[in-house]
Amino acid sequence: MSQFLQQVINGLSLGSIYALIALGYTMVYGIIKLINFAHGDVYMVGAYTAFICTAWLGFGFFPALIASMVVCGLLGVLIERLAYKPLRKAPRITALITAIGVSYILEYTMQYFMGSEVRTYPNVLPKTTYQLGPVSVTTHQIYIFAITIVLMVTLQFIISKTRMGRAMRAVSVDEQAAELMGINVDTTISFTFLLGSALAGAAGILVGIYYNTINPLMGLTPGLKAFVAAVFGGIGSVPGAVIGGLFIGIAETMVVAYGSSLYRDAIVYAILIVVLIVKPTGLLGKNQREKV
Amino acid sequence: MEPVLQVKNLSRHFGGLTAVANVSFDIQPGELIGLIGPNGAGKTTLFNLLTGVYEPSEGLIEMDVDGKPTQIGGLPPYKITDLGVARTFQNIRLFREMTVLENVKVAMHRNIRYGVISAILRLPKYYSEERWVEEKACEYLKEVGLYAKRNELSVNLPYGEQRKLEIARALAIQPKILYLDEPAAGMNPQETADLTALIHRIRKKYGLTVILIEHDMSLVMKICERIFVLDYGKLIASGSPEEIRKNEFVIKAYLGEEI
Amino acid sequence: MPKSVFTKENLCWVILSVVLFGVLTLLMQAGIINSYYRITLFNICINIMLAVSLNLVIGICGQFSLGHAGFMCIGAYSAGVITKMIPNYGGLLLGILVGFAISAVAALIVSVPTLRLKGDYLAIATLGFAEIIRILVQNMTITNGAAGLSGIPALTTWPILIVGVIVAIAVCSNVMRSAPGRACLAIQDDEIAAEAMGINTTKYKVMAFVIGALIASLAGALFACSFYVIKPSQFTFNRSIDILVMVVFGGMGSMTSSVLAAIAIGLLNTILQNFTDLRMIIYGLALVIMMIFKPNGLLGKRELSFKRILARREAGKEAS
Repeated sequence: MSQFLQQVINGLSLGSIYALIALGYTMVYGIIKLINFAHGDVYMVGAYTAFICTAWLGFGFFPALIASMVVCGLLGVLIERLAYKPLRKAPRITALITAIGVSYILEYTMQYFMGSEVRTYPNVLPKTTYQLGPVSVTTHQIYIFAITIVLMVTLQFIISKTRMGRAMRAVSVDEQAAELMGINVDTTISFTFLLGSALAGAAGILVGIYYNTINPLMGLTPGLKAFVAAVFGGIGSVPGAVIGGLFIGIAETMVVAYGSSLYRDAIVYAILIVVLIVKPTGLLGKNQREKV
Repeated sequence: MEPVLQVKNLSRHFGGLTAVANVSFDIQPGELIGLIGPNGAGKTTLFNLLTGVYEPSEGLIEMDVDGKPTQIGGLPPYKITDLGVARTFQNIRLFREMTVLENVKVAMHRNIRYGVISAILRLPKYYSEERWVEEKACEYLKEVGLYAKRNELSVNLPYGEQRKLEIARALAIQPKILYLDEPAAGMNPQETADLTALIHRIRKKYGLTVILIEHDMSLVMKICERIFVLDYGKLIASGSPEEIRKNEFVIKAYLGEEI
Repeated sequence: MPKSVFTKENLCWVILSVVLFGVLTLLMQAGIINSYYRITLFNICINIMLAVSLNLVIGICGQFSLGHAGFMCIGAYSAGVITKMIPNYGGLLLGILVGFAISAVAALIVSVPTLRLKGDYLAIATLGFAEIIRILVQNMTITNGAAGLSGIPALTTWPILIVGVIVAIAVCSNVMRSAPGRACLAIQDDEIAAEAMGINTTKYKVMAFVIGALIASLAGALFACSFYVIKPSQFTFNRSIDILVMVVFGGMGSMTSSVLAAIAIGLLNTILQNFTDLRMIIYGLALVIMMIFKPNGLLGKRELSFKRILARREAGKEAS
């Protein structure tokens, strides 16, 4: 039993990271109906930014976290302005292919400059383990939980209580109507990317310190898994992304613990396929009908 | 005579909204029916129910197929088309990347007698069927006067001709029942007159039952033998053009309570 | 006089194929195409087969599949495993047929539930399926797991490969220019209108998907028997993207441009072989720039059509 609870704790840590990445996917999809394929690579850039800050520039944890979030946020906005904005009216396939192109650019530019070898993080956080009854929790996990909760609460606050948040919700429902109400759609979309990418940056540094190793292609699989999480929870739904992320994290951890680690990725894809077949709109998503 | 289409207590709800409410009517073969009503009355929704785009929430739709009444409510659109039903769309849905001729050829799909294996192996069946398709497609284009423009991209046609192409496409399905959704929308009086003549001609030539939605009252009153009036999803009146013109419910629906 | 296979147009295609085959064979025998370039040529041929088959799924039927590598994987491993046991042409044929059978089943399993999804979702679902296939292959004993299969007999000779390429192009092209092909194009253009025309959209989407899968499987089989070794890592998402790039670059929907793009990219890959990272960065940039400025690809939907060329010559002769 304690093994099981331990795995749940581990799953929640992993899931929190997926949730942070999934939030970026879901917000972007909600507002411009694009699966931002490059999002996983933004997360990778976050991991590397934090690596450079901590390993080469001697930053502490929180400064590196801030740096990561800022760099990724700006990167997200840059990508949106250069690659996605010109294609806002284009068919979805075109935009998707562009996103794939951006993904390649990010991955291989990073590989070109930083090499493909794995990098390890210095110890910026104390490595203690706490016993809470039958389970043990490491400092890293506590930091992950705490930071994830703080970020999610902040995000929820921004979305529901600020003008920008209202604008984001309006644009995702009806872009033209929002524009007619005086909302600057371009700025709103850029802001969405800023938020989503900043969260991915946070996820990047958290992964770096949790797993301790990073490489330029690390964004691909977690990116896909986070996307599955977003779909599971209902793409376009912020609480859905969180639930989805945690669920995927726990599912993956359970498969590794009780099944075979060889299938850790396969289970996530299997969940995706089941969701798409049974309820494509996900847990909390909404139905969209085409008018005939 | 057996009705070609029988609708019994047909309703369609969208969540809390009832778009079509308990509609019943019969249509005899060869009739030319008009369906009118204020905007939002549920006319296109009714068409969508009759052509399979929507499933009925309640009620039955029966079509005469080779002498047997067949339930078609809830069937997918392609199956209903296969039974001999064709429609045009309110917002013109031509195949924009295809030529005029190709658009019509696509519509002949249900009558083409070769499959993908014959296509891949280029069996003789492919060649003979394709020749037949080409001939018939050109015939339908000549019927609506678009033969000369058959190799134009459909999206390059002027608006009035796009509407005619939609009709040619519908003819190519070789239907029994033809649904026209606002066929004269956006047309000037000359174009409307041409359209009126076309509808008369094809109905007679191809033995069609025609049901059309229209807002252009002159067209409806002139051409339709019977008119159904919808308001808020309910069938509030049906009868000949004279009867409808004088019907107080119809007048109220269009002009409001005060007269 | 009923038309048949023996038209002037088809004759032109036969002549073109024979000439190309002859020229390339001579170049190989003369040693101008040495063993190094032979590898490039073989890769280009495999890529042509993959590109035209993906073009059928994406460019003709409008189904954005990112799982093509999965079917190539099935074909490759079927042929690899069987030819190791039966190292002759019979074994190759059997391997190809087994690959067809498994790919067809896999394609049906993948397509029937996912083809009702729209663009983005379909892409991810097919990607997920391809990854599942690859992970399964990676973890089975018969396929030797992550280490891959080695010592596969090199049964894919140049004539066999060319036949494969011609079959791939002919099948895809014949489907495209037929009633089922028109149905697919209609589905891509306006699915709701296509259904209203009596087209069973699911049936045709599945049809295109399965045909695409079978040809990818054939390509995989010929691939396996060309280079002695196959590994699961050769059939990842990256492979699916490579094929996608070829289809998109030339122009989705045009067979000719898929062929030309496959050739161009195959040559580029060889030239830039030592610059992997730069090459991928350039790929990425090219994708982005292409989508922003020329989303219809370099050639758009234009096809090489002997019918048009011959018709123009006729018109020219009559004028003079």
